[in-house]
Amino acid sequence: MEIVVLVKQVPDTESLIEIADDGVSIKTQDIKWVMNPYDEIAVEEALQIRDAQSGSVTVVSMGPAKAAETIRTALAMGADKGVHINDPAAEGSDPLATARILAAALKELPFDLIIAGHRAVDEDNYQVASAVAEFLGIPQISMVIKTEMADGRIRCHRTIDGGTVVVEAALPALFTTQRGLNEPRYASLPGIMKAKKKPMAVKTIAELGIDPATVGAANRKIRVAALNFPPQREAVRMVEGEAAADKAAELVKVLHEEAKII
Amino acid sequence: MAQGVFVVTEQRDGAFRKVSFEAVSEARRIADSLGTDVTAVVLGSGVEDLAGELEKYGPDKILVADDAALADYTTDAYSNVLADLVASVDPAVILMGATIQGKDLSARLAARLDAGLAMDCTAVKVSDGKLTCTRPMFGGKIFADVQIEGELQIVVIRPNVMEISENAKQCVVEKPAVQVGEVKTAIVDKNIDTGDKIELTEADIVVSGGRGTGGDFAVIEQLAAALGGAVGASRSVVDEGWRPHSDQVGQTGKVVSPVLYVACGISGAIQHLAGMSTSKYIVAINKDPEAPIFSKADLGVVGDLFDVVPAVTEEVKKIRG
Ligand SMILES: Cc1cc2nc3c(=O)[nH]c(=O)nc-3n(C[C@H](O)[C@H](O)[C@H](O)COP(=O)(O)OP(=O)(O)OC[C@H]3O[C@@H](n4cnc5c(N)ncnc54)[C@H](O)[C@@H]3O)c2cc1C
Ligand SMILES: Nc1ncnc2c1ncn2[C@@H]1O[C@H](COP(=O)(O)O)[C@@H](O)[C@H]1O
Repeated sequence: MEIVVLVKQVPDTESLIEIADDGVSIKTQDIKWVMNPYDEIAVEEALQIRDAQSGSVTVVSMGPAKAAETIRTALAMGADKGVHINDPAAEGSDPLATARILAAALKELPFDLIIAGHRAVDEDNYQVASAVAEFLGIPQISMVIKTEMADGRIRCHRTIDGGTVVVEAALPALFTTQRGLNEPRYASLPGIMKAKKKPMAVKTIAELGIDPATVGAANRKIRVAALNFPPQREAVRMVEGEAAADKAAELVKVLHEEAKII
Repeated sequence: MAQGVFVVTEQRDGAFRKVSFEAVSEARRIADSLGTDVTAVVLGSGVEDLAGELEKYGPDKILVADDAALADYTTDAYSNVLADLVASVDPAVILMGATIQGKDLSARLAARLDAGLAMDCTAVKVSDGKLTCTRPMFGGKIFADVQIEGELQIVVIRPNVMEISENAKQCVVEKPAVQVGEVKTAIVDKNIDTGDKIELTEADIVVSGGRGTGGDFAVIEQLAAALGGAVGASRSVVDEGWRPHSDQVGQTGKVVSPVLYVACGISGAIQHLAGMSTSKYIVAINKDPEAPIFSKADLGVVGDLFDVVPAVTEEVKKIRG
């Protein structure tokens, strides 16, 4: 079983996000960068499937030089090799261009299964994985919480609004992860040492057959006109009162008579 | 020339998701600003009678794609059928709801049609014939105003944010021939929540419990029931196994935008706020006056949730009878 995991480096969810002077990008210097949490789940699932089925796990990430750290983290968790697409021409690509580049990289790799996160917690685009599947002409199953393999087919339990469904597809296929699928392992110290010797290929987009004039910030279909902070709420109003019953009465009164919500 | 607004509605087992009405209403507003028309599409099996329910929100045309192969949602069948319909209608804008299904379908469709897509938008403005969509990013720490380049713009709207408005027009219903095409996935089992449980992302009122509940959700459930709302949870609660993953609100859970969000025994971690900060009105009940949740709330009560929440339930019952 040849498994490819798509991983993205994103700001730690604790990070303070500030708007840069240009008004359309964020300040990146003080951010701590980590693997997208959903992609950690994807790496973990790949390792478990590989260990049950044999085969190998390749991690693919597109991003600037520091994105190599995220690939190393996946290798330290136990992935076998990495592909880092590092090309200034690709920087600022929108989800479709990103997916086109990733799909081009995948066409050069053997794969039976592709695992991705269902969203990256930076721009929250929820798009790259589906677009990769489309460009490769393979089925996708999103928000998976359990997988089973049998006879060259994959069976995924996926979350839907109001329940779960079990979806089956022949390989090759792509699925995206949801919390509940597994608990990602931490990279162990021996794992980190071993990761240093694992192969990591670095590619430019031209090497993948992608014309730089079709991707990157200048060719975005989604153009950022402005970034803003969310609208501020008015300062909290604390409900006063002695006993719980008094506070409750006051709270409900405000919700009923002033806010007119209940 | 591409023109018109094309709305993809969502139904399950013969009932529309609420966001479908929000999407048709929003499509009508956008189409009126652009001086164009609205085509709404209903996909499913045996759904012809549903079309009528959409008319009051103002579409000019409703297309019913009815086929046994569309009974359950699969990405392949739905995107194949929609791609054909979009090709024949040639709209300038596609609108749909950012439900689990809507996100999956819209992303695949955007790639198929090579169209720009703005996901999970909380507002759409039209000026000089161009759309500007507002979308939260970085877990709601930033709101981006984005514009979509190209002939076709796909806008996927966050459920429970946009207003439902009635604005009936002269409306025709058509039942085009449907080509399901190649389907590489099969639904082999379904496990649908039974009963009258309100879907978290659609609920007008959400009452959530955190670690402060110690796992005892009875008082949370009673308040939710009294308010006619849904129950949510913080990740700590889900990690403890006290509630299912499907109840988790936050950056790695569901994003909810109810009219009223009541956070009980939740500290207000940034990752939790990511899932509820677009709620219209936030109430926090916490025994720690310094809890960060208070700085994000409209109304706060300091107290033990096991005293305060049941008392609130009693007061609500007095009003609601
Ligand atoms: C990558 C990542 C993703 C995450 N995603 C999510 C997510 O999607 N959703 C999410 O919720 N979290 C998420 N978290 C976790 C988040 O950081 C917090 O740990 C979590 O939200 C805390 O849950 P809590 O508020 O229930 O618990 P705590 O932080 O332990 O807070 C409990 C609160 O209850 C109060 N309390 C205790 N007893 C009572 C009582 N009797 N009456 C009243 N108040 C009481 C306490 O004062 C305290 O404020 C994520 C974290 C990471 C790192
Ligand atoms: N630059 C990238 N490199 C590798 N994988 C990516 C990249 N961007 C997105 N992905 C994958 O696509 C998923 C969804 O991302 P998004 O569509 O940006 O929310 C992520 O969880 C990753 O698995």
